[in-house]
Amino acid sequence: MKTKNIMIVGVGGQGSLLASKLLGHLLMEQGYDVKVSEVHGMSQRGGSVVTYVRYGDRVYSPVIDAGEADFIVSFEALEAARWLPYLKKDGIIVTNTQQIDPMPVITGAMEYPENIIQKMKDTGAKVDALDCLALAEQAGSVKAVNTVLLGRLSHYFDIPEEAWMRSLETMVKEKFIELNKKAFLLGKNA
Amino acid sequence: MTEITGKKELMLGNKAVARGLYEAGVCFISSYPGTPSTEITEEAALYDEIYCEWAPNEKVAMEAAFGASLAGRRAFCGQKHVGLNVAADPMYTMSYTGVNAGLVIGVADDAGMHSSQNEQDSRHHAIAAKLPMLEPSDSQEALEFTKEAFEISERFDTPVLIKMCTRVAHSQSLVTPGERHVPVKEYEKNIAKYVMMPGNAIKRHPIVEQRTKDLTAYAETSGLNRVEMGGTKIGIITASTSYQYVKEVFGDTVSVLKLGIANPLPEKLIRDFASKVEELYVVEELDPIIENHVRSLGLSVKGKEMLPICGEFSQNMIADAFGLEQKQVRRADAQIPPRPPVMCSGCPHRGMFYTLKQNKCTVLGDIGCYTLGAVAPLGAIETTLCMGASVSSLHGFNKILGEKSSSRTVAVIGDSTFMHSGMTGLANIAYNQSDSTVIILDNSITGMTGHQQNPTTGYNIKGDPAGKIDLEALCRAMGFSRVRVVDPYDLKACDEAVKEELAAKEPSVIISRRPCALLKYVKHKPALKADTDKCVGCKSCMRIGCPSISMRDGRAHIDPTQCVGCGVCAQLCHFDALRAPEVQK
Repeated sequence: MKTKNIMIVGVGGQGSLLASKLLGHLLMEQGYDVKVSEVHGMSQRGGSVVTYVRYGDRVYSPVIDAGEADFIVSFEALEAARWLPYLKKDGIIVTNTQQIDPMPVITGAMEYPENIIQKMKDTGAKVDALDCLALAEQAGSVKAVNTVLLGRLSHYFDIPEEAWMRSLETMVKEKFIELNKKAFLLGKNA
Repeated sequence: MTEITGKKELMLGNKAVARGLYEAGVCFISSYPGTPSTEITEEAALYDEIYCEWAPNEKVAMEAAFGASLAGRRAFCGQKHVGLNVAADPMYTMSYTGVNAGLVIGVADDAGMHSSQNEQDSRHHAIAAKLPMLEPSDSQEALEFTKEAFEISERFDTPVLIKMCTRVAHSQSLVTPGERHVPVKEYEKNIAKYVMMPGNAIKRHPIVEQRTKDLTAYAETSGLNRVEMGGTKIGIITASTSYQYVKEVFGDTVSVLKLGIANPLPEKLIRDFASKVEELYVVEELDPIIENHVRSLGLSVKGKEMLPICGEFSQNMIADAFGLEQKQVRRADAQIPPRPPVMCSGCPHRGMFYTLKQNKCTVLGDIGCYTLGAVAPLGAIETTLCMGASVSSLHGFNKILGEKSSSRTVAVIGDSTFMHSGMTGLANIAYNQSDSTVIILDNSITGMTGHQQNPTTGYNIKGDPAGKIDLEALCRAMGFSRVRVVDPYDLKACDEAVKEELAAKEPSVIISRRPCALLKYVKHKPALKADTDKCVGCKSCMRIGCPSISMRDGRAHIDPTQCVGCGVCAQLCHFDALRAPEVQK
């Protein structure tokens, strides 16, 4: 199989690490060669962060380049727009609709672009946007945004739900498993 | 830590180095944290069989590892590229002494400068110190090369460098772990080998030169360098993560010479490879080291005229350089504001930087999270060079400019950076008496690299109680009579301390002390709430650059999911509009 590419983007501290860990585990269990690449250090401090997940028969490069992503999973609307050039022609964006102001917006030097999700759709990109924060709250914790997004992403995969749940059980602390399963299904069926 | 050996797992490159250290029977690790190298030592510390520590700096770490090797156990020290500069002094002479038990030095470069102050290429150090250097390209190789490095170290009596880069260090790929074996040696007194005074060192230098010849012969046939033939038209010599990009673009349609040994480079192997292909290329990140070597063999080759010296590579960049078709990209019709890293909500550095800005201070900065004090809206820091440079350069700055500088200029340095190399700069101020004010931003942890303990925290790498250096006592012992501690959440106290110490006609130290807001043990207060009836939209609270505060409909808004209730913004509000929820009526 030709290598497939999933990008996970968001704001440092939003919890993208769990999403990439879970995907890595899931895809390895499915028998694929997998590479997961992330950047640690300075960019974690509230900056724009990106994680690359690649899988297939044989994966070489650890990073995804412009025009290559089959999926962009975004924790924040502006970040989805920032990384849009990385989307493949027929790729899909799965994004949280939440808006977090970056520092140039906070200081008033720039404005948060209006209708950013519509503007992404206007490029012809397929955008699946949902209010993950509300769904996570419904599941029991605002911290479950990552699992809601993964649930939504699973919608586009042929991998059985049980396999996703198995990976979730491996990656999440026992007392949070039920909450996360609920969040996953809320995302999947949204 | 127990793991099933032989079963594949997805492993971070740095963790794979740690696994290699475990399997190679390493007994001693001393390192200083630095992105992207930190996880090697953190992961190794999870193995009970390995003694691990954070040293105050890389020089100390390397000398400690040397001592452990001398004592007869395999040893390691790890650091980032600029850390190797600090450790260069012992390393260059360890090249002469050689080792007893195997000694491996980990260094992680940061092409693209994701988290660094420069983009130096560590291969130059290997060449200059005449040490072998191995360069893995994924996690499995990181494990295997680490183990092989110890074999080379003992066989050729030399420290061996293992060079990571951000993309290999911080990528996960599949790894098959193996078993641990612990070789043991005895220490034997050998003055001619280990005492590097001129009479002995003169005799060691030819041994080093012969060793390089022996290592070159080894590089000609070692499995660490390999040829993957794919036709006779194009041949690409490459290494490290660049190999992965080349394979991504070309698959098996070109021939590749993948070099796992960055130093010394082979000659015959390269000539043979070159003779089998029509066009020869070198694809390597940063400096043209392989390329210059190939040219020195009289071979015709293309490299840096196609690909840049600056920044990191990617598959698209290489495809473009070879004239292949570019992928289509699309952009939203909108101005996308950048999202640079920022000081966290509740960061204890914020209050002190605000104070320095209000007092119109010139601030000489250092390396750590607080380097972010240079960005808008605080814009307080005016220089950042390397670990410890704030303190040392303040002395020179004040000596030249005198009172007009010493009454308004300060150095800021974190607790870990101060222990690393700020202490020696402070000794210079104490000894040569400049009227300097040094501010130690003591957040009780090594912050930027992800919360490592240091000699001032009272805990070791495993989180167990350890020795704790008393910063106030240390500064007083150096001869500073003006040493005071302030809470950076208290803006009035900060302002008084800064004004008084800058006015004092003698050297002084201010310790701005409060633990990092992200530390697990730090209890947060409830989020503040902006009273939209009282708020007049003057934006005074926005001058501290807190990511929790934004303007909504002309009034201040505090994000309840981010605010930790530090209360610094409330001290700036003239209308009492920012308040803790329980006192709000």
